[in-house]
Amino acid sequence: MRFSMLGPVFKQMFKKPWTNKFPAKYQPNNTTKYLADVASGKIKINPPVPTPDGFRGKIKYDKEKCIGCKLCIKVCPCNAIEFKENEKKIKVYLARCCFCSQCNDICPVSCLSMSDEFLLSDADPYSKDLIVE
Amino acid sequence: MSQITKTTYQLPIGPIHPALKEPVMFKFEIDGEKIIAVDVELGHVHRAIEWTGMRRNPIQIIYLAERICGICSFVHPMAYCRAVENACNIQVPERADYLRVVHGELERIASHLLWAGVAAHEIGFDTVLFLTWEMREKVLDLIEYLTGNRVTKAILMIGGVRRDIKPENIPKIKETLEYFKENYKKLSHVFLDDKTFKMRSQGCGILTYEDALRLCAVGPTTRASGVKKDVRVDQPYAAYSDLDVDYMTPDKRTGEINGDVYDRIIVRLLEVKQSIELIERAVDQMPTGDIMSEPKIPKLLNYIKKTAGEGIGRDEAPRGEVIHYIKFDGVNEQPFTWKVRASTYANILPWIPMLKGQQIADISIVAASTDPCMSCTNRVTIIDKNKKYMLDKEQLHKLSVEKTRRLMR
Repeated sequence: MRFSMLGPVFKQMFKKPWTNKFPAKYQPNNTTKYLADVASGKIKINPPVPTPDGFRGKIKYDKEKCIGCKLCIKVCPCNAIEFKENEKKIKVYLARCCFCSQCNDICPVSCLSMSDEFLLSDADPYSKDLIVE
Repeated sequence: MSQITKTTYQLPIGPIHPALKEPVMFKFEIDGEKIIAVDVELGHVHRAIEWTGMRRNPIQIIYLAERICGICSFVHPMAYCRAVENACNIQVPERADYLRVVHGELERIASHLLWAGVAAHEIGFDTVLFLTWEMREKVLDLIEYLTGNRVTKAILMIGGVRRDIKPENIPKIKETLEYFKENYKKLSHVFLDDKTFKMRSQGCGILTYEDALRLCAVGPTTRASGVKKDVRVDQPYAAYSDLDVDYMTPDKRTGEINGDVYDRIIVRLLEVKQSIELIERAVDQMPTGDIMSEPKIPKLLNYIKKTAGEGIGRDEAPRGEVIHYIKFDGVNEQPFTWKVRASTYANILPWIPMLKGQQIADISIVAASTDPCMSCTNRVTIIDKNKKYMLDKEQLHKLSVEKTRRLMR
Protein backbone atom coordinates (compact mmCIF):
# COMPACT_ATOMS: atom_id res chain seq x y z
CA MET A 1 0.00 0.00 0.00
CA ARG A 2 1.45 3.28 -1.01
CA PHE A 3 -1.17 5.84 -0.04
CA SER A 4 -2.60 4.41 3.16
CA MET A 5 -2.80 7.88 4.70
CA LEU A 6 -4.80 9.39 1.84
CA GLY A 7 -8.21 8.43 3.26
CA PRO A 8 -7.64 9.92 6.72
CA VAL A 9 -6.14 13.06 5.15
CA PHE A 10 -9.20 13.69 2.99
CA LYS A 11 -11.51 13.03 5.93
CA GLN A 12 -9.52 15.47 8.01
CA MET A 13 -10.01 18.20 5.42
CA PHE A 14 -13.75 18.28 6.03
CA LYS A 15 -13.72 17.84 9.79
CA LYS A 16 -14.21 20.67 12.23
CA PRO A 17 -10.91 21.74 13.79
CA TRP A 18 -10.21 20.32 17.21
CA THR A 19 -8.63 23.46 18.55
CA ASN A 20 -10.82 25.49 20.85
CA LYS A 21 -10.01 29.10 20.05
CA PHE A 22 -9.48 30.38 23.55
CA PRO A 23 -9.68 33.20 24.59
CA ALA A 24 -10.30 34.90 21.22
CA LYS A 25 -11.12 33.43 17.83
CA TYR A 26 -8.49 35.56 16.11
CA GLN A 27 -5.50 37.43 17.43
CA PRO A 28 -6.79 40.90 18.40
CA ASN A 29 -5.04 43.88 16.83
CA ASN A 30 -4.45 45.42 20.20
CA THR A 31 -4.13 42.91 23.04
CA THR A 32 -4.17 45.49 25.82
CA LYS A 33 -7.32 47.08 24.45
CA TYR A 34 -8.92 43.64 24.04
CA LEU A 35 -8.18 42.79 27.67
CA ALA A 36 -9.52 46.13 28.83
CA ASP A 37 -12.70 45.52 26.82
CA VAL A 38 -13.09 42.09 28.38
CA ALA A 39 -12.62 43.58 31.83
CA SER A 40 -15.26 46.24 31.23
CA GLY A 41 -17.66 43.66 29.80
CA LYS A 42 -17.82 44.99 26.22
CA ILE A 43 -16.59 41.74 24.63
CA LYS A 44 -17.09 38.20 25.79
CA ILE A 45 -14.23 35.74 25.60
CA ASN A 46 -14.50 32.39 23.89
CA PRO A 47 -15.03 29.94 26.77
CA PRO A 48 -12.26 27.40 27.55
CA VAL A 49 -12.70 23.63 27.41
CA PRO A 50 -14.34 22.71 30.73
CA THR A 51 -12.04 21.16 33.30
CA PRO A 52 -12.82 17.64 34.54
CA ASP A 53 -13.89 16.83 38.11
CA GLY A 54 -10.89 16.52 40.36
CA PHE A 55 -8.90 19.04 38.35
CA ARG A 56 -6.17 20.58 40.44
CA GLY A 57 -6.09 24.33 39.95
CA LYS A 58 -5.39 27.32 42.18
CA ILE A 59 -5.41 26.46 45.87
CA LYS A 60 -8.27 27.78 48.01
CA TYR A 61 -7.47 28.50 51.63
CA ASP A 62 -9.99 28.82 54.44
CA LYS A 63 -8.11 30.98 56.91
CA GLU A 64 -10.67 30.70 59.70
CA LYS A 65 -10.47 26.92 59.82
CA CYS A 66 -6.65 26.71 59.81
CA ILE A 67 -5.12 25.64 63.11
CA GLY A 68 -1.50 26.30 62.17
CA CYS A 69 -0.28 22.72 62.57
CA LYS A 70 2.40 23.11 59.84
CA LEU A 71 1.74 19.62 58.42
CA CYS A 72 1.26 21.02 54.92
CA ILE A 73 4.66 22.70 55.12
CA LYS A 74 6.19 19.37 56.08
CA VAL A 75 4.94 17.51 52.99
CA CYS A 76 5.01 20.25 50.34
CA PRO A 77 7.45 18.97 47.69
CA CYS A 78 8.50 22.40 46.47
CA ASN A 79 8.55 24.47 49.68
CA ALA A 80 5.80 26.69 48.36
CA ILE A 81 4.20 27.26 51.76
CA GLU A 82 5.43 29.80 54.28
CA PHE A 83 4.39 29.95 57.94
CA LYS A 84 3.45 33.31 59.40
CA GLU A 85 4.73 33.10 62.96
CA ASN A 86 2.68 35.91 64.58
CA GLU A 87 -0.65 34.93 63.04
CA LYS A 88 -0.04 31.14 63.06
CA LYS A 89 -1.39 30.96 59.53
CA ILE A 90 0.13 29.96 56.21
CA LYS A 91 0.95 31.72 52.97
CA VAL A 92 1.10 29.76 49.67
CA TYR A 93 3.29 30.98 46.82
CA LEU A 94 1.57 29.66 43.72
CA ALA A 95 4.58 30.42 41.54
CA ARG A 96 6.35 27.56 43.30
CA CYS A 97 3.33 25.28 43.74
CA CYS A 98 3.36 22.05 41.69
CA PHE A 99 -0.38 21.39 42.16
CA CYS A 100 0.00 17.91 43.63
CA SER A 101 -2.70 18.61 46.28
CA GLN A 102 -0.70 16.74 48.93
CA CYS A 103 -1.35 19.59 51.39
CA ASN A 104 -5.10 19.06 50.85
CA ASP A 105 -4.78 15.38 51.76
CA ILE A 106 -2.73 15.90 54.90
CA CYS A 107 -4.69 18.87 56.34
CA PRO A 108 -6.45 17.61 59.50
CA VAL A 109 -9.20 20.27 59.32
CA SER A 110 -9.57 20.36 55.48
CA CYS A 111 -8.99 24.09 55.22
CA LEU A 112 -7.22 23.72 51.86
CA SER A 113 -8.89 22.71 48.59
CA MET A 114 -8.19 22.87 44.87
CA SER A 115 -10.36 25.11 42.68
CA ASP A 116 -10.71 24.79 38.91
CA GLU A 117 -9.04 28.12 38.19
CA PHE A 118 -6.13 27.59 35.83
CA LEU A 119 -5.32 30.98 34.33
CA LEU A 120 -2.42 31.74 36.60
CA SER A 121 0.29 33.22 34.42
CA ASP A 122 1.72 36.51 35.55
CA ALA A 123 4.77 38.61 34.82
CA ASP A 124 5.60 38.89 38.49
CA PRO A 125 5.91 35.61 40.46
CA TYR A 126 5.09 37.45 43.70
CA SER A 127 2.06 39.31 42.41
CA LYS A 128 -1.07 39.43 44.52
CA ASP A 129 -2.91 36.86 42.39
CA LEU A 130 -0.21 34.27 42.91
CA ILE A 131 -0.12 34.39 46.68
CA VAL A 132 -2.84 32.67 48.67
CA GLU A 133 -3.18 33.67 52.27
CA MET B 1 53.19 15.34 -4.75
CA SER B 2 52.25 13.65 -1.54
CA GLN B 3 50.21 10.52 -1.90
CA ILE B 4 46.51 10.79 -1.19
CA THR B 5 45.55 8.26 1.46
CA LYS B 6 42.14 6.84 2.15
CA THR B 7 40.85 8.46 5.24
CA THR B 8 37.74 8.65 7.39
CA TYR B 9 36.17 11.81 8.71
CA GLN B 10 34.69 12.72 12.03
CA LEU B 11 31.16 14.03 12.28
CA PRO B 12 30.09 15.37 15.65
CA ILE B 13 26.35 15.69 16.24
CA GLY B 14 25.10 17.37 19.39
CA PRO B 15 25.02 18.10 22.30
CA ILE B 16 22.40 20.52 20.97
CA HIS B 17 21.26 19.72 17.47
CA PRO B 18 17.98 20.24 15.58
CA ALA B 19 17.66 16.48 14.93
CA LEU B 20 17.94 15.61 18.60
CA LYS B 21 15.09 16.15 20.99
CA GLU B 22 17.34 16.16 24.03
CA PRO B 23 21.01 16.96 24.58
CA VAL B 24 23.32 14.06 23.78
CA MET B 25 26.64 14.05 21.99
CA PHE B 26 27.41 11.65 19.13
CA LYS B 27 30.84 11.33 17.57
CA PHE B 28 30.70 9.50 14.27
CA GLU B 29 33.60 8.19 12.26
CA ILE B 30 32.38 8.27 8.68
CA ASP B 31 33.63 7.02 5.35
CA GLY B 32 31.54 8.79 2.73
CA GLU B 33 27.96 8.13 3.82
CA LYS B 34 28.77 5.05 5.86
CA ILE B 35 29.24 5.07 9.60
CA ILE B 36 32.37 3.22 10.71
CA ALA B 37 32.44 3.93 14.45
CA VAL B 38 30.20 5.65 16.97
CA ASP B 39 30.87 7.16 20.34
CA VAL B 40 28.13 8.49 22.61
CA GLU B 41 28.77 11.06 25.28
CA LEU B 42 26.25 11.71 28.00
CA GLY B 43 25.97 14.05 30.92
CA HIS B 44 24.54 17.24 29.45
CA VAL B 45 21.26 17.32 31.35
CA HIS B 46 22.30 16.30 34.81
CA ARG B 47 19.83 17.75 37.33
CA ALA B 48 21.02 16.28 40.65
CA ILE B 49 17.64 14.71 41.35
CA GLU B 50 19.03 11.99 43.63
CA TRP B 51 21.01 14.54 45.61
CA THR B 52 17.88 16.65 46.04
CA GLY B 53 15.90 13.58 47.04
CA MET B 54 18.32 12.70 49.80
CA ARG B 55 17.40 15.99 51.46
CA ARG B 56 13.63 15.47 51.41
CA ASN B 57 11.15 13.29 53.20
CA PRO B 58 9.66 10.20 51.50
CA ILE B 59 6.39 11.93 50.60
CA GLN B 60 8.14 14.84 48.94
CA ILE B 61 10.29 12.46 46.89
CA ILE B 62 7.21 10.97 45.19
CA TYR B 63 6.64 14.28 43.42
CA LEU B 64 10.32 14.67 42.69
CA ALA B 65 10.45 11.18 41.16
CA GLU B 66 7.47 12.14 39.05
CA ARG B 67 9.55 14.88 37.50
CA ILE B 68 12.48 12.67 36.48
CA CYS B 69 10.72 12.12 33.19
CA GLY B 70 7.72 13.87 31.71
CA ILE B 71 6.54 10.82 29.79
CA CYS B 72 7.19 8.17 32.47
CA SER B 73 5.58 10.32 35.15
CA PHE B 74 3.74 7.33 36.57
CA VAL B 75 6.40 4.62 36.35
CA HIS B 76 9.17 6.47 38.18
CA PRO B 77 7.13 7.28 41.32
CA MET B 78 5.67 3.77 41.08
CA ALA B 79 9.14 2.18 41.16
CA TYR B 80 10.07 4.55 43.97
CA CYS B 81 6.95 3.71 46.00
CA ARG B 82 7.54 0.02 45.47
CA ALA B 83 11.11 0.41 46.70
CA VAL B 84 9.87 2.15 49.86
CA GLU B 85 7.15 -0.48 50.34
CA ASN B 86 9.82 -3.15 49.97
CA ALA B 87 12.13 -1.43 52.46
CA CYS B 88 9.44 -0.81 55.08
CA ASN B 89 7.25 -3.89 54.54
CA ILE B 90 4.10 -2.05 53.54
CA GLN B 91 1.33 -4.14 52.01
CA VAL B 92 -0.59 -2.55 49.16
CA PRO B 93 -4.37 -3.23 49.06
CA GLU B 94 -5.54 -5.31 46.13
CA ARG B 95 -7.71 -2.61 44.59
CA ALA B 96 -4.75 -0.22 44.59
CA ASP B 97 -2.74 -2.83 42.69
CA TYR B 98 -5.38 -2.94 39.97
CA LEU B 99 -5.58 0.85 39.84
CA ARG B 100 -1.82 0.97 39.41
CA VAL B 101 -2.10 -1.37 36.44
CA VAL B 102 -4.76 0.82 34.81
CA HIS B 103 -2.70 4.00 35.18
CA GLY B 104 0.55 2.29 34.19
CA GLU B 105 -0.94 0.89 31.01
CA LEU B 106 -2.58 4.20 30.10
CA GLU B 107 0.84 5.74 30.35
CA ARG B 108 2.31 3.00 28.15
CA ILE B 109 -0.28 3.73 25.44
CA ALA B 110 0.44 7.47 25.64
CA SER B 111 4.19 6.90 25.50
CA HIS B 112 4.15 4.41 22.62
CA LEU B 113 1.80 6.59 20.57
CA LEU B 114 4.02 9.59 21.21
CA TRP B 115 7.00 7.55 20.09
CA ALA B 116 5.19 6.32 16.97
CA GLY B 117 4.44 9.92 16.04
CA VAL B 118 8.04 10.99 16.58
CA ALA B 119 9.31 8.04 14.53
CA ALA B 120 6.99 9.01 11.68
CA HIS B 121 8.20 12.59 11.94
CA GLU B 122 11.84 11.46 11.84
CA ILE B 123 11.37 9.79 8.46
CA GLY B 124 9.39 12.75 7.19
CA PHE B 125 5.88 11.26 7.29
CA ASP B 126 4.23 14.09 9.18
CA THR B 127 0.62 13.18 8.40
CA VAL B 128 1.06 10.05 10.52
CA LEU B 129 2.48 12.19 13.31
CA PHE B 130 -0.84 14.00 13.48
CA LEU B 131 -2.85 10.77 13.26
CA THR B 132 -1.01 9.21 16.21
CA TRP B 133 -1.00 12.35 18.28
CA GLU B 134 -4.73 12.73 17.77
CA MET B 135 -5.08 9.33 19.43
CA ARG B 136 -2.61 10.30 22.12
CA GLU B 137 -4.74 13.36 22.86
CA LYS B 138 -7.63 11.02 23.72
CA VAL B 139 -5.37 9.07 26.12
CA LEU B 140 -4.29 12.27 27.79
CA ASP B 141 -7.94 13.35 28.09
CA LEU B 142 -8.72 10.08 29.84
CA ILE B 143 -5.68 10.46 32.10
CA GLU B 144 -6.81 13.99 32.98
CA TYR B 145 -10.31 12.70 33.68
CA LEU B 146 -9.04 10.00 36.03
CA THR B 147 -6.15 11.75 37.77
CA GLY B 148 -6.84 15.47 37.48
CA ASN B 149 -3.87 16.33 35.30
CA ARG B 150 -2.58 15.38 31.87
CA VAL B 151 1.07 14.73 32.59
CA THR B 152 2.09 15.02 36.23
CA LYS B 153 -0.58 12.76 37.62
CA ALA B 154 0.23 12.92 41.36
CA ILE B 155 -1.73 9.72 41.84
CA LEU B 156 0.71 7.52 43.72
CA MET B 157 1.23 7.27 47.42
CA ILE B 158 3.43 4.93 49.41
CA GLY B 159 1.15 1.97 50.10
CA GLY B 160 -1.52 2.66 47.51
CA VAL B 161 -2.95 5.25 45.16
CA ARG B 162 -4.52 8.59 46.00
CA ARG B 163 -7.63 8.68 43.83
CA ASP B 164 -10.08 5.90 43.12
CA ILE B 165 -11.89 5.05 39.89
CA LYS B 166 -15.55 5.51 40.74
CA PRO B 167 -18.35 3.49 39.08
CA GLU B 168 -19.51 6.62 37.24
CA ASN B 169 -16.07 6.94 35.62
CA ILE B 170 -16.20 3.51 33.99
CA PRO B 171 -18.46 4.40 30.99
CA LYS B 172 -15.98 7.05 29.85
CA ILE B 173 -13.08 4.58 30.15
CA LYS B 174 -14.99 1.99 28.13
CA GLU B 175 -15.92 4.56 25.51
CA THR B 176 -12.31 5.68 25.10
CA LEU B 177 -11.09 2.08 24.88
CA GLU B 178 -13.60 1.44 22.09
CA TYR B 179 -12.23 4.48 20.26
CA PHE B 180 -8.68 3.12 20.64
CA LYS B 181 -9.64 -0.31 19.33
CA GLU B 182 -11.25 1.22 16.27
CA ASN B 183 -8.34 3.54 15.58
CA TYR B 184 -5.71 0.94 16.40
CA LYS B 185 -6.64 -0.94 13.23
CA LYS B 186 -6.17 2.20 11.16
CA LEU B 187 -2.87 2.95 12.85
CA SER B 188 -1.40 -0.51 12.52
CA HIS B 189 -2.43 -0.55 8.87
CA VAL B 190 -0.57 2.69 8.22
CA PHE B 191 2.52 1.67 10.17
CA LEU B 192 2.85 -1.95 9.15
CA ASP B 193 1.59 -2.06 5.58
CA ASP B 194 2.71 1.28 4.24
CA LYS B 195 5.55 1.20 1.73
CA THR B 196 7.18 4.36 3.11
CA PHE B 197 7.70 2.85 6.55
CA LYS B 198 8.91 -0.45 5.15
CA MET B 199 11.43 1.27 2.90
CA ARG B 200 12.99 3.24 5.72
CA SER B 201 12.79 0.76 8.56
CA GLN B 202 13.29 -2.74 7.19
CA GLY B 203 16.90 -3.90 7.49
CA CYS B 204 17.87 -0.66 9.17
CA GLY B 205 19.52 -0.39 12.61
CA ILE B 206 19.76 -4.11 13.25
CA LEU B 207 20.38 -5.29 16.81
CA THR B 208 21.03 -9.02 16.83
CA TYR B 209 19.78 -11.39 19.53
CA GLU B 210 23.35 -11.92 20.79
CA ASP B 211 24.09 -8.17 20.93
CA ALA B 212 20.83 -7.48 22.74
CA LEU B 213 21.73 -10.07 25.37
CA ARG B 214 25.35 -9.00 25.63
CA LEU B 215 24.61 -5.28 25.97
CA CYS B 216 21.67 -5.84 28.35
CA ALA B 217 19.15 -3.91 26.30
CA VAL B 218 15.72 -3.57 27.92
CA GLY B 219 12.10 -3.07 26.96
CA PRO B 220 10.75 -3.02 23.41
CA THR B 221 14.30 -2.62 22.05
CA THR B 222 15.34 -6.02 23.34
CA ARG B 223 12.02 -7.70 22.66
CA ALA B 224 12.28 -6.63 19.01
CA SER B 225 15.50 -8.65 18.85
CA GLY B 226 13.72 -11.71 20.17
CA VAL B 227 14.92 -11.59 23.77
CA LYS B 228 12.02 -12.48 26.04
CA LYS B 229 12.46 -9.95 28.79
CA ASP B 230 9.62 -8.09 30.48
CA VAL B 231 9.42 -7.31 34.18
CA ARG B 232 5.63 -7.64 34.05
CA VAL B 233 6.05 -11.33 33.20
CA ASP B 234 9.38 -12.18 34.80
CA GLN B 235 8.67 -10.69 38.20
CA PRO B 236 5.02 -9.69 38.17
CA TYR B 237 4.26 -6.67 40.34
CA ALA B 238 0.96 -4.92 41.11
CA ALA B 239 -1.85 -7.01 39.61
CA TYR B 240 -0.02 -8.21 36.50
CA SER B 241 0.16 -11.75 37.82
CA ASP B 242 -3.65 -11.97 37.65
CA LEU B 243 -3.94 -10.44 34.22
CA ASP B 244 -2.14 -12.88 31.93
CA VAL B 245 0.56 -10.74 30.32
CA ASP B 246 2.79 -12.16 27.61
CA TYR B 247 6.07 -11.10 25.96
CA MET B 248 5.43 -9.12 22.81
CA THR B 249 7.94 -10.17 20.18
CA PRO B 250 7.67 -9.27 16.47
CA ASP B 251 7.26 -12.91 15.39
CA LYS B 252 3.72 -12.73 16.79
CA ARG B 253 2.76 -10.74 13.72
CA THR B 254 5.30 -11.46 11.00
CA GLY B 255 6.57 -14.88 12.09
CA GLU B 256 10.21 -13.83 11.97
CA ILE B 257 12.62 -11.76 14.06
CA ASN B 258 15.04 -9.37 12.37
CA GLY B 259 15.77 -6.93 15.18
CA ASP B 260 15.51 -3.91 12.86
CA VAL B 261 13.60 -0.65 13.25
CA TYR B 262 10.52 -2.20 11.63
CA ASP B 263 10.45 -4.88 14.31
CA ARG B 264 10.67 -2.26 17.02
CA ILE B 265 7.66 -0.50 15.48
CA ILE B 266 5.75 -3.81 15.46
CA VAL B 267 6.60 -4.52 19.11
CA ARG B 268 5.41 -1.10 20.26
CA LEU B 269 2.18 -1.35 18.29
CA LEU B 270 1.51 -4.83 19.64
CA GLU B 271 2.10 -3.47 23.12
CA VAL B 272 -0.44 -0.70 22.58
CA LYS B 273 -3.00 -3.41 21.74
CA GLN B 274 -1.92 -5.46 24.75
CA SER B 275 -2.27 -2.43 27.01
CA ILE B 276 -5.78 -1.72 25.76
CA GLU B 277 -6.77 -5.31 26.59
CA LEU B 278 -5.03 -5.16 29.97
CA ILE B 279 -6.91 -2.01 30.99
CA GLU B 280 -10.18 -3.57 29.90
CA ARG B 281 -9.53 -6.70 31.97
CA ALA B 282 -8.23 -4.76 34.98
CA VAL B 283 -11.32 -2.53 35.03
CA ASP B 284 -13.62 -5.57 34.82
CA GLN B 285 -11.84 -7.67 37.44
CA MET B 286 -11.16 -4.84 39.89
CA PRO B 287 -12.04 -5.92 43.45
CA THR B 288 -13.60 -3.53 45.96
CA GLY B 289 -11.77 -2.35 49.04
CA ASP B 290 -9.33 0.25 50.29
CA ILE B 291 -6.98 2.10 48.00
CA MET B 292 -4.41 3.07 50.62
CA SER B 293 -2.85 0.93 53.31
CA GLU B 294 -2.38 3.91 55.61
CA PRO B 295 -4.55 6.95 54.83
CA LYS B 296 -3.04 8.99 57.68
CA ILE B 297 0.07 10.44 56.12
CA PRO B 298 1.77 11.72 59.33
CA LYS B 299 1.48 8.20 60.75
CA LEU B 300 2.97 6.75 57.57
CA LEU B 301 5.85 9.24 57.64
CA ASN B 302 6.54 8.41 61.25
CA TYR B 303 6.55 4.70 60.51
CA ILE B 304 9.01 5.10 57.61
CA LYS B 305 11.23 7.29 59.77
CA LYS B 306 11.55 4.57 62.39
CA THR B 307 12.20 1.79 59.90
CA ALA B 308 15.74 0.94 58.88
CA GLY B 309 16.21 -1.06 55.73
CA GLU B 310 16.76 -1.05 52.03
CA GLY B 311 14.41 -1.78 49.20
CA ILE B 312 14.33 -2.12 45.48
CA GLY B 313 11.54 -1.38 43.02
CA ARG B 314 11.60 -2.83 39.50
CA ASP B 315 9.05 -1.71 36.98
CA GLU B 316 8.41 -2.13 33.30
CA ALA B 317 8.35 1.41 31.98
CA PRO B 318 7.25 2.02 28.38
CA ARG B 319 10.95 2.05 27.45
CA GLY B 320 12.03 -0.92 29.52
CA GLU B 321 12.99 -1.82 33.02
CA VAL B 322 13.39 0.98 35.55
CA ILE B 323 15.01 0.32 38.93
CA HIS B 324 14.82 2.45 42.06
CA TYR B 325 16.90 1.59 45.08
CA ILE B 326 16.36 3.20 48.47
CA LYS B 327 17.90 2.87 51.90
CA PHE B 328 16.65 4.28 55.21
CA ASP B 329 18.84 4.42 58.29
CA GLY B 330 15.99 4.41 60.80
CA VAL B 331 16.99 7.73 62.37
CA ASN B 332 16.50 10.38 59.75
CA GLU B 333 13.37 11.06 57.80
CA GLN B 334 15.40 11.58 54.62
CA PRO B 335 16.59 8.45 52.82
CA PHE B 336 20.22 7.51 53.28
CA THR B 337 20.54 6.68 49.58
CA TRP B 338 18.27 6.90 46.59
CA LYS B 339 19.43 5.50 43.29
CA VAL B 340 17.56 5.55 40.00
CA ARG B 341 18.41 3.57 36.93
CA ALA B 342 16.20 4.67 34.09
CA SER B 343 15.57 2.38 31.16
CA THR B 344 17.33 4.45 28.50
CA TYR B 345 20.62 3.95 30.30
CA ALA B 346 20.60 0.28 29.30
CA ASN B 347 19.56 1.17 25.77
CA ILE B 348 22.47 3.52 25.02
CA LEU B 349 25.12 0.89 24.31
CA PRO B 350 22.95 -0.97 21.75
CA TRP B 351 23.12 2.20 19.65
CA ILE B 352 26.69 1.34 18.73
CA PRO B 353 26.02 -1.96 16.89
CA MET B 354 22.78 -0.48 15.52
CA LEU B 355 24.43 2.55 13.97
CA LYS B 356 27.53 0.87 12.58
CA GLY B 357 27.37 0.45 8.84
CA GLN B 358 24.31 2.69 8.49
CA GLN B 359 24.05 5.88 6.51
CA ILE B 360 24.12 9.35 8.02
CA ALA B 361 20.48 9.89 7.05
CA ASP B 362 19.45 6.89 9.15
CA ILE B 363 20.97 8.22 12.36
CA SER B 364 17.85 9.97 13.60
CA ILE B 365 15.41 7.12 12.98
CA VAL B 366 17.79 4.50 14.41
CA ALA B 367 18.52 6.60 17.48
CA ALA B 368 14.82 7.36 17.91
CA SER B 369 13.91 3.68 17.57
CA THR B 370 15.07 2.91 21.11
CA ASP B 371 12.84 5.75 22.37
CA PRO B 372 15.68 7.49 24.20
CA CYS B 373 15.01 9.77 27.13
CA MET B 374 18.14 11.65 28.03
CA SER B 375 16.92 13.58 31.05
CA CYS B 376 16.10 10.34 32.84
CA THR B 377 19.49 8.90 32.11
CA ASN B 378 21.94 11.50 33.29
CA ARG B 379 22.93 10.50 36.78
CA VAL B 380 26.60 11.05 37.55
CA THR B 381 28.55 14.18 36.81
CA ILE B 382 31.35 15.21 39.08
CA ILE B 383 31.68 18.88 39.86
CA ASP B 384 34.70 19.95 41.79
CA LYS B 385 35.44 23.63 42.35
CA ASN B 386 33.13 24.58 39.46
CA LYS B 387 35.06 22.30 37.11
CA LYS B 388 33.03 19.57 35.49
CA TYR B 389 34.73 16.36 34.51
CA MET B 390 33.99 12.72 33.98
CA LEU B 391 35.99 9.85 35.36
CA ASP B 392 37.67 7.30 33.11
CA LYS B 393 38.71 3.80 34.01
CA GLU B 394 42.22 4.62 35.26
CA GLN B 395 40.99 7.43 37.46
CA LEU B 396 38.24 5.26 38.90
CA HIS B 397 40.77 2.52 39.64
CA LYS B 398 43.06 5.05 41.29
CA LEU B 399 40.18 6.35 43.42
CA SER B 400 39.25 2.83 44.39
CA VAL B 401 42.82 2.00 45.46
CA GLU B 402 42.95 5.23 47.44
CA LYS B 403 39.75 4.37 49.23
CA THR B 404 41.00 0.90 50.15
CA ARG B 405 44.14 2.46 51.61
CA ARG B 406 42.10 5.02 53.49
CA LEU B 407 39.89 2.34 54.99
CA MET B 408 42.89 0.17 55.93
CA ARG B 409 44.45 2.94 57.91
